[in-house]
This record gives sequence, C-alpha cells and structure tokens, in this order.
Amino acid sequence: MIQTVEGKGRYGRFGGQYVPETLMGALSELEEAHDSALADQEFIEQLNGYLKDFVGRENPLYFAERLTEAAGGARIYLKREDLNHTGAHKINNALGQALLAKRMGKRKIVAETGAGQHGVATATACALLGLECVVFMGKEDIRRQELNVFRMELLGTRVESVDKGAGTLKDAVNEALRYWVAHVEDTHYILGSALGPHPFPKIVRDFQQVIGQETKRQIVEKEGRLPDAVVACIGGGSNAIGMFHPFVEDENVALYGVEAAGGGISTGQHAAAIAEAKEGVLHGAYMYVLQDEDGFIQEAHSISAGLDYPAVGPEHCHLHDIGRVHYTSVTDAEALEGVQLLAQKEGIIPALESAHAIHFAFGLAKEMHPDEILVVCLSGRGDKDVQTVRDALGGGVQ
Amino acid sequence: MNEFTLTMAIRKRNEKGQSAFIPYMMAGDGGLDMLHERISFLEEAGADAIEIGIPFSDPVADGEVIQEAGSRALKRGVTLRKVMSELQAQLHSIPLVVMTYLNPVLAYGVSEFVEDCKRAGVKGLIIPDLPHEERGLLSDALIGKDIALVPLISLTSSLERIEKNARKAEGFVYAVTVNGITGVRSSFASDLMDHLTVLKGVSNVPVLAGFGISTPEQVRHFSSIADGVIVGSAIVTAFHEENLEKIQSLIEASRTAVSQ
Ligand SMILES: Cc1ncc(COP(=O)(O)O)c(C=O)c1O
Repeated sequence: MIQTVEGKGRYGRFGGQYVPETLMGALSELEEAHDSALADQEFIEQLNGYLKDFVGRENPLYFAERLTEAAGGARIYLKREDLNHTGAHKINNALGQALLAKRMGKRKIVAETGAGQHGVATATACALLGLECVVFMGKEDIRRQELNVFRMELLGTRVESVDKGAGTLKDAVNEALRYWVAHVEDTHYILGSALGPHPFPKIVRDFQQVIGQETKRQIVEKEGRLPDAVVACIGGGSNAIGMFHPFVEDENVALYGVEAAGGGISTGQHAAAIAEAKEGVLHGAYMYVLQDEDGFIQEAHSISAGLDYPAVGPEHCHLHDIGRVHYTSVTDAEALEGVQLLAQKEGIIPALESAHAIHFAFGLAKEMHPDEILVVCLSGRGDKDVQTVRDALGGGVQ
Repeated sequence: MNEFTLTMAIRKRNEKGQSAFIPYMMAGDGGLDMLHERISFLEEAGADAIEIGIPFSDPVADGEVIQEAGSRALKRGVTLRKVMSELQAQLHSIPLVVMTYLNPVLAYGVSEFVEDCKRAGVKGLIIPDLPHEERGLLSDALIGKDIALVPLISLTSSLERIEKNARKAEGFVYAVTVNGITGVRSSFASDLMDHLTVLKGVSNVPVLAGFGISTPEQVRHFSSIADGVIVGSAIVTAFHEENLEKIQSLIEASRTAVSQ
C-alpha cells in the first residue's frame, strides 16, 4: 500500500515545522481544532451545506468531446472547478479554513495571494461568515491582477501591497507570516496552497480532496470504472493534492503533476521546483525549493501568477520521491496554446494555471488508446487572465 | 558537564551584579571589511557577547530595520560562506553568536558549517526558524563543540512548552519580549514580567530579553528584570548612521540598571 507518512507532519523526509517559536502554539492549537472539527458531524454538515448551496458543488465532470476528437486518443474529462463560486478550487479551502477559524473563536483572518484567486476566495468566505480580513499581495501581482484587487476590496477586505523582493507570491507569504506572528492571538492565517508548516499541508489537502472524491464517484457513474490517468497543475500543489489524494492508493491510475516551466527550464526563468530538484526550507516546510548555492531562495517565473512560487508542497515532494506521481512541466508559450485550444474546442476559457494541465493532458491523450480515460483538473476559469493572455498574444489570436 | 563559554561570559557579568548586554549586528551591512572593526568596537564598548546576523532572502522573523540592513548586505553579495571565512581570518576573544535562518545552513552543509563555526570561534547559534522539535537537524553535529544552540522562547508558548524548552536550553534562553518580529516597540505586554519570572524559575541558564528593545530606558527596564538584554534594530541603525555614541549609551544604560 502506498501511503504518505504523517508522523509529526512529515511526508517522507519533507514537511515539518520550521517556524519561529511564536507560531508553535498557534500551530498546535490549529492542529487540534482541525482534528476535532473533522470528527464533528455538525461541522462537516455545515461545511457541506456551504459547499453545496454557496460554492455550487458538486461541479460537473464534463466529457470534452471535441477536445478528445482533436487529440485522437484517450477520452478526456474535465473536472470543472472553474464553475465554483469565485471561479477556482481555492474557495474549497478558504471556506473550510474560515469555518475552522470561527470555530476556534478567531474572528480575524490574514491571507496571502498570488493570482488573487485565493485572496478573492478568502475575502468571499470572510464576507460570508462575517470575519475581518487582510490580504497581502505582491506589488507585481497587484499590477498583473488589478481587477482581483478591486474584487477583494468590494468584498470588504483590506489588501496590503508588498514591494519587497520581486513583489510576488513568495514575498506576500513572508509578509503574511510576519503579520500572523504579530497578531497570532486573535488571527488565523488562511494559507492558500498545500504548503507551509504542519498542519497546513494536511488541512489544505483535507479541504481540497472533495475534488478527487467527487471525480472518483462521477467517473464511475459515467464510465463504470476509474480513469487511467489524472492530470493537474502545480503551483504550491493544492488543486493537485485535492485531486490526487483519493487516487493515491489506486495504483492503476497514473497521476501527473504539471509545473510551470516559464520561459523554459534551461533559461532558469521558471517555477519548476521539482524539475530543479534542490531541497531546502521555505515558509516552514522542507521541500524542493528554487535556490542558489548559498541557500538564498530564488524568484520563480511564470506567466501565470498562481504558479509563480519557488517551491512545491511537501506531500508532492514525497509523492515524487516514491514515484507515485509523475511531475512534468509546461512553458508559458505552451500554456498560452492550451488556453486557446480549450477556448476553441470546448468554449471554456481556462485560467492560465489550468492551461498548463490542459496542454500536457492534450499531448498525453494523443499517446493513449481511445479506450482509455484521462481526467484533467480544470482548476479555474480564465476571466482573470484575459488581459494577460491578450498582451502575451500581442493583442490578437494566433 | 562544563558550562558553555557563552553561558560563562554572561554569568561573569551577572556576578558583578550587572545585567549582560548582547548587541546584534548585521554582517556585511556597510561592507564585510567593516566586520572586525565593528566587533572590536562592541567588545571595547563593553558587550558581553555579539550576535552576528547573516543576511537572507526571506527573513520572516525580522522587522523593517533588520530586513533593510539585510538587503543592503545582500546587494553587496554577502553570504553565510563569506561571513564564515571572514570570521576565520581574525579571531576575537568575545563570544560570537551567529544568527542565521536555516536554509543557508542546509545549503552550506550542517557538519561543514559547524566545523567552520568552531574554527571561527563561534560560541553560539540562533536559528529563528528552527523550533525545539526540529533541533535534531543540528544538535548532533554540535555535540562537544562548545557551540550553544540558543532557543527562542516566546510569550505565546504554553507554560508546559516554556518549561520543556527552558530546561533544555543551551547558552542562554532568548526570551522574545513581543509577539512579533524584531524591530522598535514603544510598549510591551503587561504579563511580560510574569513570563520572565517563570522562565528564570525553570531555566538552568541565564534568561535574556530581546526583540523590540531599542531605547536606553527599555534597556534599563529589562536589565533590571532579566539576566541580560539583546538589542538589535537600534544597534543596526546606529551603525548604519555611524552614531556610535548611541551604542555606548545603550550599553551604559544596561550597566546602571539596578536588578530587582
Ligand atoms: C486557477 C488556479 N489553479 C491553480 C493554482 C495553483 O495553486 P495550487 O497548486 O495550490 O492549486 C492557482 C493559484 O492561484 C489558481 O488560481
């Protein structure tokens, strides 16, 4: 049986709790609260109620007929996380953690955001539950995702610009952590991906695995069996771990995680930490991390703000090591092709993040047999990226 | 078991009825060639040990002042390796305590780093992102090296945790006086005194207060209730502004404090 190790928040040799002492109390309080919440039927019913009536779950597992035809291989299904309220999988986790915060008696929330998707999801959950919210966002990301900043503000959240470093996701996490350290007594930190010190990677996975659970049920309903392959994009790894986790023990289901190769791995301008294979500690966990020989963390590069993070969550690092998940990467240019492909074949404009998964899956489907089944996690919709895509395509569709 | 050199240096000061003073400086701020000069200055000014900060790309436990000093050092290309080789080039009799985030140490290689610390006369390490539970990563390599792995103990820790960590502390207990990151503060929580009293009760090593202590009045106050104080941001600013009298006045404040 393939299982990830979880003693002390470890996934093989990855994970752990490398944080300032000030946070250790909050982390153990969080771990206890999370465990007790998951064991509490009332909490689960409340969460499921919101997921159904507020988020709009379950969302469809959609057979992409024209995309399948174009590939001429495996039957391609899309798990439509893009149809969730707020347009991505991020709401699953944001809502779960906001409910958890409320249960812990913490009425203030801090979060970081890259693309703005997690920020918007968190701002939304906080508005829904009447929590006070501040979101840290890198200056460069604010520029790239202007409208999401305004969305958060409309939802009553304060957005703080971070101009340190390159002004992207990593810097926003640093600032959110500093804020949390200073306000830990009444504030919960809603981390947006399967990252950070234990118990965050587990909490995020627990709230995201609804993706994989629904997928499993839906594919069995539609096809009478499990898929042959499942594909998801990897930023920090939350949509992917949510999709993969329920399949990890089904050894006949091949799992593929797609990192962002930016301008190409060989250019050094990318976000593919697993491809780069350097290990280290960032934001509280031992992971694969982009860094130089002095151990300074490097900036990640990707056209998609949501994948622009220099590390990959600890459980993915372990799943890579034991060979259970195949990790690969897709460049900016390929992701742009993926956006157009899905838009034109299926009438769905995917988020740039998800387009990485689409591009890889399309190639993979071609190599597979028409009897085989492939599921792609369509983690989000592309509305937020339309401007970026237009600029990247030089203003016109190719 | 012999006491750590670092602990003895603090006790020596305490035996005179005075509180110890440990300044923090950012290595390479103003240029690495200033390192030895500044260490000597602090030693002559009466410091009992010196904390040498290493610049890092992602200093999550630091406030604006130290972050900026770190950025200035990073712009000059300062790295842990360069600081370690500079320290080995000229030894000092005052105990040096290196404060670095964990990842540069992992990139250096733990055992090589510890060897170089030994050669450079480093007597203590403070790693803000290495809590008690994860100490194993370094503690084996440190056995018998007279390099104390100094724990940070915070206000938010449970009593149980405070006791567990304080009992196993090496060198001294670094009592974090604020909920938050390093920097300048105008006020401190009211239960801080109880916190320090508990710590002194359970710890076998001196208890020093640090984080946010930046004025002579604050130094005098904390010197009267703790076995010593650590001053970071104010020292970093004083060096940056070349205001050396400021540093002297901080150390003097610690000498004139009356212990309670
Ligand atoms: C639509 C979408 N997909 C994927 C990601 C990447 O994050 P993760 O790897 O945690 O799923 C993001 C992050 O913002 C996103 O917005």
